[in-house]
Amino acid sequence: MTFINYASKEINCKIVYYGPGLGGKTTNLQYIYSKTSPEAKGKMISLATEADRTLFFDFLPLDLGTIRGFTTRFHLYTVPGQVFYDASRKLILKGVDGVVFVADSQEERMEANIESIRNLEQNLKEHGFDLQAIPYALQFNKRDLPNAVPADEMYRILNYKREPTFEAVATTGIGVFDTLKAVAKLILIELRKK
Amino acid sequence: MGSPADLVLYQEEFQRLEEALKRLRQEANARAVFLIDKNGQQIAAAGDVGQFDVTSLASLTAGNVAATDGLAKLIGEREFSVLFHEGQRDHIHISIVAKRAILLVIFDERSSLGLVRLRVKRSSAEMEKIFEAMQQKSERGPGGHPPASPFAEITDEDIDALFSE
Repeated sequence: MTFINYASKEINCKIVYYGPGLGGKTTNLQYIYSKTSPEAKGKMISLATEADRTLFFDFLPLDLGTIRGFTTRFHLYTVPGQVFYDASRKLILKGVDGVVFVADSQEERMEANIESIRNLEQNLKEHGFDLQAIPYALQFNKRDLPNAVPADEMYRILNYKREPTFEAVATTGIGVFDTLKAVAKLILIELRKK
Repeated sequence: MGSPADLVLYQEEFQRLEEALKRLRQEANARAVFLIDKNGQQIAAAGDVGQFDVTSLASLTAGNVAATDGLAKLIGEREFSVLFHEGQRDHIHISIVAKRAILLVIFDERSSLGLVRLRVKRSSAEMEKIFEAMQQKSERGPGGHPPASPFAEITDEDIDALFSE
């Protein structure tokens, strides 16, 4: 749900990073946080377990600048990827404007990727959204690992609707901003249609 | 998506909400009061706002309410309409307004839970009316016709310019 504030001339959009556990969703946000100038970002919040696994969500507010006099602010959230946190994942999708799916390129995680996309589709539906219609980008993370599945094969398995797709190494930042830009752009295009 | 839940806030309602919040802060003797959208975005505030990281406050409050809503459903309740967090010095009172917004009151020993509850109740009824007006305007637009989105005419160049740095 986009929130347009004519009084303060702001528009706020919510982007959710989705994907299986340990796939690199939090790392995406950490990289964005580390590379954004202090005036463009707020505090990054991580609600994590003692072992640094996301418990509820990570949150990072980002100011991208102005469009037609409106400050454009993106609120980035990650969900906890571990299967048993499904109730929390559902909550975070509330009011989402765009989704980034962070897939783990390792061969042994392909099942988990597929299951997580299905879970995303299902949870979106419960909020009245359709993955087919919502701004959506796909990221193949961990391309640097030796057991990474070839990108075209991953595309064949995980592509949902010919969404923009990026190869990434979130730890070093490769592909991170490209993915964010792609989904932000889709959200703004969606706004234009309204 | 064109979801009917899109929230559009115009100057007039913004001012009315701000006035209501100011009054509430005064009457409840609170440090600060915030009105937050259920998705975690700040709508308006009054009081010692500068002392707080408002964006984080809004996001965590919404997360808190969402989690509590989940708990309510698990035990067969529709919602828990009031949450109270008691600290050593400062306390937080959270309530739902007009089903879609969250009212957050931060107060200390200069006030009391009873007073805050009482004032929040009264203030909520007032804010509900403002939200009704907002809802109607969002649907019809301020001049009686649907509002033109400021984004209706953005170009690809505008969008690219955002990412040009």
